[in-house]
Amino acid sequence: MTTPLSHLKGLDYSVLQQCMHCGLCLPTCPTYDATKIERHGPRGRISLMRAIADGRLEATKIFADEMYFCLGCLACMTACPAGVNYAEMFEHARAEAEASGVLKSPRRNLIRAFAIRWLFMDLSHLRFVGRILRIYQQLGLQTLVRRSGVLKLLPRRLQELEGITPDIQPKFSAELIAPLTPAVGSKKYRVAMLIGCAQDLIFSDINRDTVEVLARNGCEVFTPPKQLCCGSLHAHNGEWELARQLARKQLEQFPPDQFDAIITNAGGCGSHLKHYHKLLADDPAYRDRAALWDKKVKDIHEWLVEIGVKPPANDSPPQLVTYHESCHLAHGQKITAQPRQLLALIPNLELVELPESLWCCGSAGIYNIVQPEMASQLLDRKLKHIQSTGASIVANGNPGCLLQLINGAKHQGLKLRVVHPVTLLAEAYRRSG
Amino acid sequence: MSLGQNIISDLRRLAGADNVLTGKEDLIPYSFDGTAALQQMPGCVVFATTAEQIVGVLKLANQMKTAVVTRGSGTGLSGGSLPSPDCIVLCLAKMDKVLELDRANLTLLVEAGATTQAVADAAAAAGLFYPPDPGSMKISTIGGNVAENSGGLRGLKYGITRNYVMGLEVVLPNGEVLWTGNKCVKDVAGYSLRDLFIGSEGTLGVITKVLLKLIPKPAAKKTLVATFARMDQAAQTVSDIIAAQIIPCTLEFLDRTTIHCVEDFAKVGLPLDCEALLLMETDGHPAPVADEAARMESIARKNGAIEVRVAKDEAEATKLATARRSAFSALARVAPTTILEDATVPRSELAKMIRFVAAIAQKYQLRIGTFGHMGDGNLHPTFLTDERNKDEMHRVEEAFKEIFTEAIRLGGTITGEHGIGVSKKSFLPKFAGDASMRVMREFRRTLDPSGVLNPGKMFD
Repeated sequence: MTTPLSHLKGLDYSVLQQCMHCGLCLPTCPTYDATKIERHGPRGRISLMRAIADGRLEATKIFADEMYFCLGCLACMTACPAGVNYAEMFEHARAEAEASGVLKSPRRNLIRAFAIRWLFMDLSHLRFVGRILRIYQQLGLQTLVRRSGVLKLLPRRLQELEGITPDIQPKFSAELIAPLTPAVGSKKYRVAMLIGCAQDLIFSDINRDTVEVLARNGCEVFTPPKQLCCGSLHAHNGEWELARQLARKQLEQFPPDQFDAIITNAGGCGSHLKHYHKLLADDPAYRDRAALWDKKVKDIHEWLVEIGVKPPANDSPPQLVTYHESCHLAHGQKITAQPRQLLALIPNLELVELPESLWCCGSAGIYNIVQPEMASQLLDRKLKHIQSTGASIVANGNPGCLLQLINGAKHQGLKLRVVHPVTLLAEAYRRSG
Repeated sequence: MSLGQNIISDLRRLAGADNVLTGKEDLIPYSFDGTAALQQMPGCVVFATTAEQIVGVLKLANQMKTAVVTRGSGTGLSGGSLPSPDCIVLCLAKMDKVLELDRANLTLLVEAGATTQAVADAAAAAGLFYPPDPGSMKISTIGGNVAENSGGLRGLKYGITRNYVMGLEVVLPNGEVLWTGNKCVKDVAGYSLRDLFIGSEGTLGVITKVLLKLIPKPAAKKTLVATFARMDQAAQTVSDIIAAQIIPCTLEFLDRTTIHCVEDFAKVGLPLDCEALLLMETDGHPAPVADEAARMESIARKNGAIEVRVAKDEAEATKLATARRSAFSALARVAPTTILEDATVPRSELAKMIRFVAAIAQKYQLRIGTFGHMGDGNLHPTFLTDERNKDEMHRVEEAFKEIFTEAIRLGGTITGEHGIGVSKKSFLPKFAGDASMRVMREFRRTLDPSGVLNPGKMFD
């Protein structure tokens, strides 16, 4: 059961009141920009949340759908001079939507039970599915199936979904990264590495690169092979209580007092991981640990700049790179300068600024799956801007965005390398020996 | 919802079904504008995409005696676009095209729903300049700016929206389309109807197209930030700058509370250990700009400035101006409800007005953050309150009354740039006087005999 805390009426009213409806968020909201309808913008959404808290509106189906039409990109939070905590309200609003039951349907219930309650609550389930997918892809079955036209028999939505199935890595993180990686040279820090869920299956190479870069910068890296989902998927999808369960387990697995930093390389996860204290504020057994945890969680870019990252030696080929910001890295964690600083360290790398780099690419967690139309509009817009820079490499610090861009580039037949900044850095280190 | 189903069907026929919103979840977000503590549910929202549709809507409204409230982005600060109960909200946000940039005549023709930012960008793309820059310019619409005759940070040197409107297309309340003005610099043919619609707050017609005057972009600009230990030092600096016959484009003022809120949001490195901050900007040809900046700096120092900092480049200057524009919203960081004041006095009376506002805040035990366009005599003392605290809200109202009375006594006005709307409606008769009120009433009645456009706003 959802705790009353997670409902809009349980939310501190001053959080809702904080919005003074000046409208300065509107030009930064992708869904408002596309529709020019207030309900599809932050100011309108907040007015609906407040109406529910006031008892002027019930949590209707339209309200619930609206909360899922919101990307949760948090661009409005960067734009908001009044400091409205949209992220908090938004999670409460989705929890309210779920608790009200207005969205319930047998199909949706089944998908949610499978994905949120089974697949992502225990990552051995996710890895199991990953392995099956890997075999399907490695044996060439996917190509075969795609060519055979069998897919045309599936409903359109499933066909589309099959089209964006990510390529599963030949090896997951645990097969690439030792549980304890010693620091190269003298050990200055002891850090924990969070390998993520989807990241572990699809971008285990980025995890490996992250650990390598950390080690080369004096960090001893603790990377247990069996890890958990951070719970952002659950919190963002109205499953407050499951998110709390996962947060408690994380605190057990990575006691924050034992590490100098707890590293994540996924912008979306980091944005959630840094708010465990809020999530567990009413839990006396965990809240102090959670407060320490929030301080210790560091995005990889943030941490490397903080400890004074070592520049790679000067023997890299020329690369023209542009940088697309992950919303939850930029808006959720306010990390915008550090990834650029890291890229600038790489010899012969020219960074060309991406127009609208802060505009969501449409990935937004599972948004591209549940709202494919809006997501693909945003993806097209993003790819156009990337092409306008002339760069053949686009760097980004979040697996969802990386996947979205990879799929987009593939679909449009673009020659574009989509890469995490930390991978470019790791490559530069390797070249310099 | 008590708008008849037949009206809704007619509106759908006129504007297209997708452009008419009637659900509760759709109407709540249109039940307020940028003004604090005002809310009223409309009957429906109609998005117009052409002037012809607006003609149809107004004819229908006249026939059905239904109120129409025009709206752009709903950022107004006097309740001008607050819906009347069960009215038709006529939203022009989708009519946002930039129609023509005339480089030979330095004019720009836009649809009313284009944002002020889009106007400024279109001008800048041609190396030209549209100076009016209200705080909400990133989202406010040009139609709304014209209807409210908006000001901004550059009013001191460049004037306000009125000074840049050369022509307007207006749909009159009876559905007739009127064009007033042209690209001529001089035009004295008949009454200047254009000027009557500017600042008419949606009561005389629906503005659909705006022809704007652009000016050459100034070649150079210098931005300075000066901080003071006392507010009157800042006020004196402003008086001395004007007395030295320098007209900078910007002379903005922030008090301690506002500085802290703005810095908390914008993180532009504003000095925090001071009671008052002046943001000064001079622009034009490089030589006079350098000269004026140096003189302003020395005047500030003579008045005991703690520090005078010069923005190192255009990017820093833009950041500072953007930070200043966020002041009103940023003040909301420290209180649930922010109610800002807009009383304006002649510049010579500024110091007196500032002292009076401080005394009033103390008298009514209210928290206040003050910022504003000091060079214009246009201050925005902002009450930091909570709309759920009935007693405090009553004291805010009483404080307002005294501030308005004092502004009028000092030869000022009850609103410098936010408009009358509903917020200042009860103060207008006293300020304007009987003859002006009669002329305004008769004028409005002539254009809108059925009283369909924005009823209850400005005056009854």
